[in-house]
Amino acid sequence: MARIGVFVCHCGENISATVDCDRVAENASGLPGVVHSVDYKYMCSDPGQTLIKEAIKEHKLTGVVVAACSPRMHEPTFRKACAEAGLNPFLCEMANVREHCSWVHEKTESTTQKAKDVVRLLVEKVKRNEALQPIKVPVTKKAVVIGGGVAGIQASLDIANGGHQVLLVEREPSIGGHMSQLSETFPTLDCSQCILTPRMVEVAQHPNITLWSYSEVIGLDGFIGNFTVKIRKKAKSIDEHLCTGCGLCTQKCPVRKIPSEFEQGLGTRPAIYTPFPQAVPNKPVIDKLNCTYYLKGRCKLCERVCPTQAIRFDQPDEIVEVQAGAIVLATGYDIKRTDFFPEYGYGKYKDVIDGLQFERLASASGPTGGMIRRPSDGQIPKNIVFVACAGSRDPAKGIEYCSKICCMYTAKHAMLYKHKVHDGTPYVFYMDIRAAGKDYDEFTRRAIEVDRTKYIRGRVSRIYEKEGKLVVVGADTLLGGQKVEIEADMVVLATASVANPGSEELAQIVHVSYDRYKFFAEAHPKLKPVETNTAGIFLAGACQAPKDIPESVSAASGAAAKVLGLFANDELTREPLVAVVNRMAPPLFSTCIGCFLCQPVCPYNAIEREEFKTRDGKLLKAVARINPGLCQGCGTCVALCRSKSIDLYGYSNKQIYTEVSALLDEALV
Amino acid sequence: MSHHEPLIRDSLSGKVLMNTEVKAERCYQCGKCSAGCPVVDQMDIPPSQLLRLLQTEIPSNDEKILRSHTIWLCLNCEMCIGRCPMEVDIPPMMDFLRSESIRRKMVNPKAGNIIAFHRSFLESIRYTGRLFELGLVLSYKSKTFHLFQDAGLAPEMIAKGKLGFIPERIKKVADMKRIFSRTLKKGVQS
Repeated sequence: MARIGVFVCHCGENISATVDCDRVAENASGLPGVVHSVDYKYMCSDPGQTLIKEAIKEHKLTGVVVAACSPRMHEPTFRKACAEAGLNPFLCEMANVREHCSWVHEKTESTTQKAKDVVRLLVEKVKRNEALQPIKVPVTKKAVVIGGGVAGIQASLDIANGGHQVLLVEREPSIGGHMSQLSETFPTLDCSQCILTPRMVEVAQHPNITLWSYSEVIGLDGFIGNFTVKIRKKAKSIDEHLCTGCGLCTQKCPVRKIPSEFEQGLGTRPAIYTPFPQAVPNKPVIDKLNCTYYLKGRCKLCERVCPTQAIRFDQPDEIVEVQAGAIVLATGYDIKRTDFFPEYGYGKYKDVIDGLQFERLASASGPTGGMIRRPSDGQIPKNIVFVACAGSRDPAKGIEYCSKICCMYTAKHAMLYKHKVHDGTPYVFYMDIRAAGKDYDEFTRRAIEVDRTKYIRGRVSRIYEKEGKLVVVGADTLLGGQKVEIEADMVVLATASVANPGSEELAQIVHVSYDRYKFFAEAHPKLKPVETNTAGIFLAGACQAPKDIPESVSAASGAAAKVLGLFANDELTREPLVAVVNRMAPPLFSTCIGCFLCQPVCPYNAIEREEFKTRDGKLLKAVARINPGLCQGCGTCVALCRSKSIDLYGYSNKQIYTEVSALLDEALV
Repeated sequence: MSHHEPLIRDSLSGKVLMNTEVKAERCYQCGKCSAGCPVVDQMDIPPSQLLRLLQTEIPSNDEKILRSHTIWLCLNCEMCIGRCPMEVDIPPMMDFLRSESIRRKMVNPKAGNIIAFHRSFLESIRYTGRLFELGLVLSYKSKTFHLFQDAGLAPEMIAKGKLGFIPERIKKVADMKRIFSRTLKKGVQS
């Protein structure tokens, strides 16, 4: 005989303001099977939980219904309290009388009536609950980090230093990402490569880190703790074990005029190349799209000069499957080109460049050796204009959001320029100066007060060429829109940060959600910023939203902490709310007729074929079997099963029907 | 100041910095000075916008400042500097801008009365070492021809002894004159 306890929560006034809680409790005490029913101000508080625990012991309860908030809020709290009192946690159910009742209705008699009804349904359901045991699944203690920018590097190092194996997968020939392209970093103006390359080297040397550069993730199966990652290792056309990284091939390669991706098109590279001198790994790859041999079938100069015979023209792409327990996405961002802003003349005027190009100009390792020279004729610009918000905060043509990093890097650019061209004048057109961060506002003030950058509040309306000068037309909105025209020698557009091309595709491959800007979506904007909605997949850096270096690094360490927390367990405990195919005695074995219609509809590939055979191997019957490790309890197979052989633990057909008929019985009375 | 920057700048902002140590770049245009200024309603350019004009270092904007009525209306009450978050000391800057406006012969036509009042006041100080009210009034009226302005107040003020007929003098009037002539020699206009 069921002995159910009902506990009605006031939630301060959240519930009691519109629902008469004592009457709900009183009404519940009259329901068949209910032996105890009380209301209390805060059921989730410590005294509230004690109330439940004591009642379980005193009244020997076989089921508990807590009428309170959504189970998403406090179901774990109350189930744990029940477990502490010796009751199987899955015999505790929550009746949602807050989100589904008190918050959405006025204070009327029918609101209280609805609360009573909801409690009644759950009392009927909980009578049919079964004591369930959590499912344990093993954890593969190896992480795959996708993307080798500063975030991916940090996450890899943190996980590896925690004692676990990491596979770092990078699409480009070298790790380092955008940070390796930067000249100096705000707000300290320390050289980007000087602080990054030691980390890159550490990655290469770390015994726990395997680095696969020039590789891409092309498939992902499995679930938290047990992923199978399919990776394409693109052919580098060299034997990495033989190559010593001497660089002879890159010097001799006759194709030299390919615009360098690393130099943002301001420099060139050969067809066999390492992107930059400090590249990790420092071994070249052949760019098949530009190599004469791949295009015309002859040349092979690199093969002839290679002292170790490491060139392999016939090397195929390799597709490898890797087992991993956790994934960290750290694929970074890209900048929006401003072709869509014809009024700014990007692409038309050589001396209108973007922020990343300016970084290369200001970088000591860049195409000009760190001299600020304009691309058209190599002259040092005396008047330089920086345009902030070039594409950001522009719902009409660009993107709606603030790209966050541009205010700071524009101030930095103006400063770097002034430090190199003492008699030059930097101008900045801006809408707002958004410099929130440690030492950030001080930094922008320094650009204005110490380096005397001319900040002009207003958007630039257009840029046109006149007698070898770029005329920048804008307005000073602080002077009531006074027209400003500056004859500049060079213009730098702080273009918007956007999601990486291919991020949408990757999100679909690894099954994580993404937002309307194609940035990966976090599980909760405040409380789960590095988790995704897919358990076991975490986010680091600017693949989630525009982030600066400190933020990317913090997020990466946060993601690494989550991975290490996961790897601290040998096996994972999962809620046993999974689908099962029923079983019965031979010769029937199961009511499942083996139609396997359920197999293709399962989104998690959790349905397998199970065969019953005689001792001499003759097939008696084939039925469906659900892998409890893979099943997420979505119930699609239950709805589809023609012979009603599948049921969902915790939400069985019997339980659902009972709830419905409990509601209807009362309505008919 | 940045070590890259020439110490002497030609712009008005540079001159303000040299003469008053007020750094226009420090202003971030919050507008608190204009919000609190008791005479902002009378001004043609609010003080915060005057600073913005100064920041641009464009000659036409410099001229706008020197030709403005604002610089003459400023009472030097120091409400602005009392409240400025960036400590931009506007009153001494206004003093400098007034003298610069006279030097460059850019005085706002509406400033005549104000300048006449300043001159009359200083004359009184120069010759007596004290403010001689009646002398100030007569001097101001003779300069501006506002002969009957506030004349109705005179009888009552005389009755209450507020308007003496004989000027008070300090003991060493000669010292005061010397202060004036030395200051004038330094090039600051009276």
